[in-house]
Amino acid sequence: MALLSVEELSVTFTARGRKDATAVDGVSFDVDQGQVVGLVGESGCGKSVTSLALMGLLPRKGVRIGGRAEFDGQNLLGISERKLRDMRGSQLAMIFQDPLSSLNPVVPIGIQVTEILQRHRGLKGEKARKEAASLLDRVGIPDPDRRLKEYPHQLSGGMRQRALIAMAVACAPRLLIADEPTTALDVTIQAQILELLKELVDQEGTALLMITHDLGVVAGLCDEVNVLYAGRAVESAGRRELFAHPTHPYAHGLLGSIPRLDAPRGEPLNPIRGSINDKIAWADGCAFAPRCDHYTMECLTGTPELTEPRAAGHQVRCVNPVLPKAEVPA
Amino acid sequence: MSLLELDGVKVHFPVKKGLFFDRTVGHVYAVDGVSLSVEAGQTYGLVGESGCGKTTLGRAVLRLNDITDGAVVFDGTDLAKLPSEEMRSFRRRLQMVFQDPLGSLNPRQNIESILSEGMAAHNIGKDQAERREKIKEILAKVGLPSNAMSRYPHEFSGGQRQRIGIARALVLEPDVIICDEPVSALDVSVQAQVINLLEELQESLGLTYLVIAHDLAVVRHISDVIGVMYLGGLVEEAPSDALYAGPRHPYTKALMSAVPVPDPEVEDRRERILLHGDLPSPANPPAGCRFHTRCPWVQETKCATERPPLLDTGDGHKVACHFTAEIEAGTVKQTLATGIEAVVATEAVAAEAVEVSEGDAEVPDAPAKTEEPATVPAQADAGEAERAEESPKA
Amino acid sequence: MTLLTNKADKIDRLAELTQSSESVAGTSLWREAFRRMRSSKMAIIGAAIIAAFVLVAIVGPMLAPHGPTAQNWRSEVFPNQGKFVGMRGENWFGLDHLGRDMFSRWLVGARQTLLVGVVSMLIGLIIGAAVGILSGAAATLGGKIGQRIDTVVMRFTDIMLSLPSLLLAVSIAAVLGQSLTTVMIAVGVVQIPIFARLLRGSMLVQGGADYVLAAKAVGIRRKRIVLTQILPNSLSPVIVQATLSLATAIIEAAALSYLGLGNPDPAVPEWGVMLSQAQRFFDNEPMMAAYPAIGIIITALGFTLLGESMREALDPKLRG
Repeated sequence: MALLSVEELSVTFTARGRKDATAVDGVSFDVDQGQVVGLVGESGCGKSVTSLALMGLLPRKGVRIGGRAEFDGQNLLGISERKLRDMRGSQLAMIFQDPLSSLNPVVPIGIQVTEILQRHRGLKGEKARKEAASLLDRVGIPDPDRRLKEYPHQLSGGMRQRALIAMAVACAPRLLIADEPTTALDVTIQAQILELLKELVDQEGTALLMITHDLGVVAGLCDEVNVLYAGRAVESAGRRELFAHPTHPYAHGLLGSIPRLDAPRGEPLNPIRGSINDKIAWADGCAFAPRCDHYTMECLTGTPELTEPRAAGHQVRCVNPVLPKAEVPA
Repeated sequence: MSLLELDGVKVHFPVKKGLFFDRTVGHVYAVDGVSLSVEAGQTYGLVGESGCGKTTLGRAVLRLNDITDGAVVFDGTDLAKLPSEEMRSFRRRLQMVFQDPLGSLNPRQNIESILSEGMAAHNIGKDQAERREKIKEILAKVGLPSNAMSRYPHEFSGGQRQRIGIARALVLEPDVIICDEPVSALDVSVQAQVINLLEELQESLGLTYLVIAHDLAVVRHISDVIGVMYLGGLVEEAPSDALYAGPRHPYTKALMSAVPVPDPEVEDRRERILLHGDLPSPANPPAGCRFHTRCPWVQETKCATERPPLLDTGDGHKVACHFTAEIEAGTVKQTLATGIEAVVATEAVAAEAVEVSEGDAEVPDAPAKTEEPATVPAQADAGEAERAEESPKA
Repeated sequence: MTLLTNKADKIDRLAELTQSSESVAGTSLWREAFRRMRSSKMAIIGAAIIAAFVLVAIVGPMLAPHGPTAQNWRSEVFPNQGKFVGMRGENWFGLDHLGRDMFSRWLVGARQTLLVGVVSMLIGLIIGAAVGILSGAAATLGGKIGQRIDTVVMRFTDIMLSLPSLLLAVSIAAVLGQSLTTVMIAVGVVQIPIFARLLRGSMLVQGGADYVLAAKAVGIRRKRIVLTQILPNSLSPVIVQATLSLATAIIEAAALSYLGLGNPDPAVPEWGVMLSQAQRFFDNEPMMAAYPAIGIIITALGFTLLGESMREALDPKLRG
C-alpha cells in the first residue's frame, strides 16, 4: 500500500456567472515512502491545482472536488478541516514556487520556525530555538543563530527557499509536496536546492511529490513521472522508461522541442504547433488532438483510455501512441 | 570590422537618498567594463544569472539606459556619444524583442496600431495603406494571420504575442535585433516555435542577433559565439561548441554542470560543481576577481586583489581568470569542496558578501518613489533595471 | 474503422470541437470593460439612479406644478407656532415655512445640484488632470530637469492636500462672496490635487511598463509616447475617481450651502440650501429636511455605485 494514493482526482471551479472550468480531470498516481514522483506539465495542465487540493488549500466555495486521495489510510479529501490542519506540517508539508510570498514578511524567520515546532512538536523556549537553529543549519543556511533573527526580505532568494524547506521538514513530514520549488531561482542555486531535496529523500525516507514544468529537473530527480496535459495524465512511467521511450505524442513532442545543452548547435528543434489554448474537452476526445501530428477520427470521439502499449507500468492515454516501427502491433 | 562593437561599456546606477533633492550615496555597478563584438549575420549569446547585468547591457546598446562610460560602435558610429535625436533615428536599425510578451505590448492599441507606430516615427511608408501592406507581409512572415491586425494583445496566446513583438522589430527592417530573454516567459512546447522562427528569420533576412538569456541550453542552441557574464563583467567568451566542449572559467564550469538535461542517463553520470552561497550585490561587488567569493578554485594570491582581464587563450576562446592554465593542467587544487556538506561549511564566508544583495538601490529611471496614493499598485523600489531578470523563468 | 477517413472530415470535426474556444476578434479593453459593467447589478442600479436624477434635473423644472418662489399658501403655514402643511393632493411634498410648494422647489433644486456637482467635478478634473499630465510626463520622460519640475509641482499639491477641504472651501467662499459660482469653485479646487496626484501616480506606474520601454526602443518620440502609450493606460483610475467625486462634490456643495455659503437667491433653490433652511423647523416638520436630504443621498449613492462598478470593470486583474 502506497503512502499516498490518488485516484481519479478532479477539481472543477464553479464561479458564478462563468462556465464551470475543470482544472483537474481524473488524475491518479501513487507515492511511496522514500520515492520521488513527478507531476510535469505546462501552465494550465492542472499540476498546481492537484497539489493544492491534496493539501486542502483550495477555497471551499466555488470549487468542486471529486475522487479520492488516501494518505496512510485516510481520505485527505474527506477529513475535517481541523484534522487536516493538524496533519499539515506534521505529516504533510508543502513548499511553493515563490518563497518570499509564502513567508510572513513582518515576522523574523526564527519565530516562524519555532512556531511550527511549538505547534506540532510541543517544543518551547530555548529548546525550540536550538532546534530551529539546527534545522537552518541542516538546510545549508550559514550562521543560523543570526539568520533566525532576520526578516524574510533580508535573505536572498535561495536562502528563503532553504528557510521554507527548513520549516517544511521541521516535523519530519512523511510527504513533502514541492510546487515548482526552483523555478524562481537561478540554475546554480537550483542545483543546490535540488541536491538538498535529494538528500532529504535519501536520508529521511520522505516521500516527495515534485511538481515542475522542467523536464530536466524531472530527469535528475524523479523515480516515477506523470506527464499532465489539460488536467489529465497522458503518460506515466519510470523516469528511465519515459525518457528513453516517450510514447504519448505530447511527451514525445515535448522532448523533441527542448533545446538540450548537450545537443550540437543548430540542430533544428521540432516544436509542437499551436498553444495550450487549442484544446478540446476530454469528453469530446483527446485534448491534445488539435496540436497532434497524427490525430485520427478516433481521437475525436470520446476520451482515450490509459493503455500499456509498450511495457508494464508504462501507461499512455492515446489511441495512436508513438511507437518505434518494429513495435507497432500487427 | 564587426557590425556591433562594445568597448569597455560601463553602466552605473546612482543610489539616491534624500527628502527633497536626491543625493547620490553610492552606485550599483550593473555593467562594469564589458567589451565584445558581434559579427554581421551572426548570433552572439549573452548568458548569466539574474543580477549579472545582461539585461542592462542589452538596453545600454539601444541607449535605453544611460551609458556611464565606454563605446558602443555600430556600423562605425559610436552610439554612446550621439545626441538623442540622432540616436532615435538609429534605433530603426537596432531593434529589441522583450522578455514579457504581454507587458511589452500596449494593451490599449490594436496590432496594426502597435506595428505602424514605429514605421510612422521613422517615415517608413507614405501613408497608412502602404504601411498596412507592409504589416500584412511581416505578419505572414512571423506566422500570424492577417486578421490579427484589428485585434488586441490580450486576445492572443503567449507565443503569438511574442511573434507580434518580433513583428514590431521587423517592420523597421533592422540590421541587429537584441533579444532579451525571448522565450523564457513562454511554455516549453511553444519556446521551440519562437526559437525556430528567430532562426528562420535570421537566414532569410540576414539579421544579426544579440541574444540575452539565462538558459544556457537555449543560448547554446542559437548562438555562434557565447559570452558568459558574472556580476557586471564577462568571464568567458568562446564559440558555442568550444564553450560547451571545454568551459575554462570556474563559473562557466559550475553553470554548465548545474543546467539540468532532460535525459536520466546524462543526469546520473554527471558531477555537479555546487557553488557556495549567492551572488554578491552589484552595489558592493567583491574586490579582485568578482567570482572569488564563490570560486571552488580560489587561490590565496591575486584572486582577491587583482581583477583578471579577459584574455584570449587560443582559438578565440577568451577567459578572465588568473589560473586558467593551472586549473586546466590540474596544477592548482580545488580549495573548496563542492559537495552539499562543504557548501554548508564554507558558506559563511560568502554570506558576508550577500548581506546587501537584495539591493536597496534606487536607480534613476525607477519611476515610483514611495509617495504614491493608495490606489496605485505598489511599485518595487529596488533595482528596476534588473527587475526583468528577476521574474520567474516559467 | 475510422482511422483512415479523409482529411477534410478530420479538420471539420476538429473545427467543430474547438469552436467554442475561439475569441471574438478585436475587442478593446474599453469595450470589454463596458461589457462587464453591463452584466453588473451594481452598475445597472447606479446608472438607473443617475439617469433618473439627470432626467429630473433636465425636465423637472418644466414640469414643476408651481413656481419655486410662489408663496401661494402663505396663509396656511405658521412656522412660529409649529403649524405646517404636509403631503396632500395639491402639494405632494407639502409646504415649506413660507408656504411654497416643496415638490416644485425640489424639482428645480435637482438641476442646481446636478450643475454644482458636474461643474465642480469638471473644474477639479480639468485643472487636476492638466497638472497631473505635466507632472507625470516630466517625471517619466523629462530627465533630470523634469524630475525637478515634478518635485516642485507635487510638493505644492501636497500642501493643498494637507489643508482640510472644507476649510479651504470656506476661505475661497469668503474671498469670492456668497454665490453658486463660489460653491462650485470651492468644491472644484479641493478636487484638483486629488486628480493631479492620481493621474501622475498612474502615469508613473505606466511609465515604467515594458511597453513604454518598447516604444522608446522602436524610436517613437517622447511626446508621442506620453500621448499614445502612457496616457491612455493611466486614465481608468481617473475616470473612476471622476464618477466618485461627483458624489462627494454634491455632498460638499450641500455642506457649503448648509453653512450659508450657497446661493441666497430664492428663485434657484438648491438641495443644500433647502436643507439648511429646513434645519430651523426640524422639530416640527422633519419632512422639510428629508426630501432634499434623500435626494442628495440617493444621487450620491448612484454615482458611488457606478464608480465602484467601473473600478471593478476596469481592473485588469479581474479580467477573465
